Amino acid sequence: MTEQAYVSGPYVDAEQQRAAGLMGMYVFLGSEIMLFGGLFAAALVIRVLYPHEVVEASKALHIWIGAINTAVLLTSSLAVAVAVHAARQGQRRTVVMLFAIAAVLGVAFLAIKAFEYSREYADGVLPGFSDPARFTGNVEHLFMNLYLIATALHALHVTVGVALLSGVATFVGTERLLLPRRSIVVENTGLYWHLVDAIWVFLYPVLYLAR
Amino acid sequence: MSAVQWRLAGVWGALVALLSLTVGASFLLTGAASIVVSLGIAFAKAALIFWFFMQLRGEHGLIRVFAVGASVWLLILFGLASIDYATR
Repeated sequence: MTEQAYVSGPYVDAEQQRAAGLMGMYVFLGSEIMLFGGLFAAALVIRVLYPHEVVEASKALHIWIGAINTAVLLTSSLAVAVAVHAARQGQRRTVVMLFAIAAVLGVAFLAIKAFEYSREYADGVLPGFSDPARFTGNVEHLFMNLYLIATALHALHVTVGVALLSGVATFVGTERLLLPRRSIVVENTGLYWHLVDAIWVFLYPVLYLAR
Repeated sequence: MSAVQWRLAGVWGALVALLSLTVGASFLLTGAASIVVSLGIAFAKAALIFWFFMQLRGEHGLIRVFAVGASVWLLILFGLASIDYATR
């Protein structure tokens, strides 16, 4: 079976169309990097201003829960990377299976994160939720504000990613999205998931490993 | 498994090894050394993710430029913020 190249719009060939699709996705991912970049700049500033207190606040976080969640996301990214390769080969079932595995791992990440929040709530250090709050000082309160905003914004991105993975897997599985000619959709979904993983790769040391 | 799958699995192994390394280093290092090592490992992990998982190794130059473009803007943001706080 030969796949007719699928070219539309202003593009002269399939390769140019694919490159334009990737480029648009990277521009969007750039806006995501800038969004989280502001939070990293805030982390830098409070570390510079209050080095000792930030280290103490970081030590109070659950380092092993964070490490497990990092491993969960890295593993889901492996599944997605293999799925993208399979999509280019037109292996429909493999793509569906691997995207489903990645989505389940994404849900596992969120469940572990929710458990971690519940522990912090019980410890009285989850800003806005713990009542009464039991921060050791204003800097820990500030650090935990940053922690909650950064991790919650990241969890929102994981949630969107799980929805995208599930949606694309459904469309591929029911052949409403034909492979390999529309594999760009699988590739761009994969790029989004990998970026969410890469952002966590920086959030983990900045928040949990400040020493 | 195909060669591509073995390579991707190897990258995953390297990423998990780097994760263990950064957690281990956090128990040993403090201060500037800790920051340099933990961020160095984070950049190494991100480079592996961008190069192998996001397949930049197989794309042409223009797409690679788009992929790292935001990081360059971030460097400017961090540079200016650092100048502000370093010179107070």
